[in-house]
Amino acid sequence: MTELIADHLSVTINGATLVHDMSFTLKRGELVALLGPNGAGKSVALRAVLGLAKRAGGAATLGGADTAVIDPMTRARELSYLPQTRPLAWPNTVRDIVALGRFSFGANLGRLQSADADAVASAMAACDITNLSSRKADTLSGGELARVHCARAFAANTPLLVADEPVSALDPRHQYRVMDLIADYVKKGGGALVVLHDIGLAARYAHRLIWMGGGRIIAEGPPAETLTETRLASLYGVKARINGLQVEIEGAL
Amino acid sequence: MTVERLLVPGLLLVGVISVAAACLLGSTPLDPGRVAAALLGQADAGDMLVVWQIRLPRAIAAFVVGAALGASGAALQGLLRNPLAEPGVLGVSACASLGATFALYYGLVGISPWALPAAAIFGALIATALIAFAAVRTRSVVTLILIGVGISSFAGATMTLLMNLAPNPFTLSDMINWMLGSVANRSFDDLRLAAPFLFLGLIILFATRRGLSALTLGEEAASGIGLNLRRQWIAVVLGAGLATGGAVAIAGAIGFVGIIAPHIVRPFVSHDPARSLLPSALLAGIILVFADIGVRLLPTNSELKLGVVAALIGAPAFVWIAARRRAADD
Repeated sequence: MTELIADHLSVTINGATLVHDMSFTLKRGELVALLGPNGAGKSVALRAVLGLAKRAGGAATLGGADTAVIDPMTRARELSYLPQTRPLAWPNTVRDIVALGRFSFGANLGRLQSADADAVASAMAACDITNLSSRKADTLSGGELARVHCARAFAANTPLLVADEPVSALDPRHQYRVMDLIADYVKKGGGALVVLHDIGLAARYAHRLIWMGGGRIIAEGPPAETLTETRLASLYGVKARINGLQVEIEGAL
Repeated sequence: MTVERLLVPGLLLVGVISVAAACLLGSTPLDPGRVAAALLGQADAGDMLVVWQIRLPRAIAAFVVGAALGASGAALQGLLRNPLAEPGVLGVSACASLGATFALYYGLVGISPWALPAAAIFGALIATALIAFAAVRTRSVVTLILIGVGISSFAGATMTLLMNLAPNPFTLSDMINWMLGSVANRSFDDLRLAAPFLFLGLIILFATRRGLSALTLGEEAASGIGLNLRRQWIAVVLGAGLATGGAVAIAGAIGFVGIIAPHIVRPFVSHDPARSLLPSALLAGIILVFADIGVRLLPTNSELKLGVVAALIGAPAFVWIAARRRAADD
């Protein structure tokens, strides 16, 4: 069973230690939210775990293989990675972008094998973008583009998914739609690690929260146990009221 | 979709027509029957000479050079995710012709006929490697293009210096040929020397073209879907260096065709850099063959250089493409 494991991982860039001694595991069938204020080291940590950034110490493995030396193709068939979205270089069609999710299976855009074409079609159907199939990327709204990227990740049919702020810059409705897609993926047996800034959204969807501050994991556990008013005050510097899994932020401290 | 399927066969057909037209047209009038007979080896010695020694090698040289520059341009644009990247703009052509000029200036060509293509390719590889090295340090493609412009100017200045110091008028006129770009008086022997490098470059570019599609998403996501970034960079740097160096060894520096051809092709292939590679190569070849026919037919006192004509058409097109880009595209 594929697992992503970080073991006492640390990252140093230009002499500054951005991630200290970080350990966590991502298994199939669970949705884990990585939370923390800006500059907590979330993105760097993810990149280091995936072997995309150099680590200074510790280990990270995917399905038992060291991610620092793993072949990118092998990694891509085990784990889909959605980095913070960047503008696309060319106005490609939606179908071509989703088909890039099949890159690690040797798919050629424009003439997909039937297995690739099927995976692309069902990912587009799952994300409700089939009607956008031949639209150009530069004509899409932010919400549509976010779903296109989700479909791209799902098209690879990987056991694991890592997404860095997949719902940033989306309106509330699209935030919920994207989170629903990820939750469905987890329900079908996938394992997802998602960086979120909306604590309420994280508490609602995630099975487990990893709280990060100053490059360290501060706390880890189910929302009911780790989501507290004092934690929000000390980590984010906000005054909040918590009622069950409802979070109401009243202002900065 | 149907247009895309017809694109490559259509361009191949036009390519054959363009080369045939180049064999038919010239200062000595030859009717199609005599040209066909000469191509089949059935004509008299004079016709054979005109077709096999003068027109056909020249037309094929123009086509092959165009194809190398078109494919290099399309590949560099895919790699750098910018439609303005091209061997000429990035200074690769200029460095290659500087290499060729060095070989001529120091008489290396007298030592071995391979010296010229080797020197041109060496120059091209230095330029592509510099661009790649700079790309690791800067994330901005605009900065990269400015570095290319700098490399280009420096190579041009060094070349002018060598021309200043040229030992005799023959060397000087050879140098001007390589600086301005021309396929006049090329023989099949010239082609044979540069072609292996040029085709090796094209093969490398075509073999790794899938990675260019992946780079559409940006480097981090491309690596996430399974692209080995380092290998992709090396392949394009090597492929574009070899192809451009080979092209310059045949014809000198010919600019802008590597921008124009991919720009025209892209809408027909859903803007996919991988799929634009082959049609860009074919179209750029066709453009140069027709431009060269134009150069030969224009009634000027001394023949125009192909590179000059290409720049006269290409530079305004470059400005136009650059001006239409949105600032957000950086």
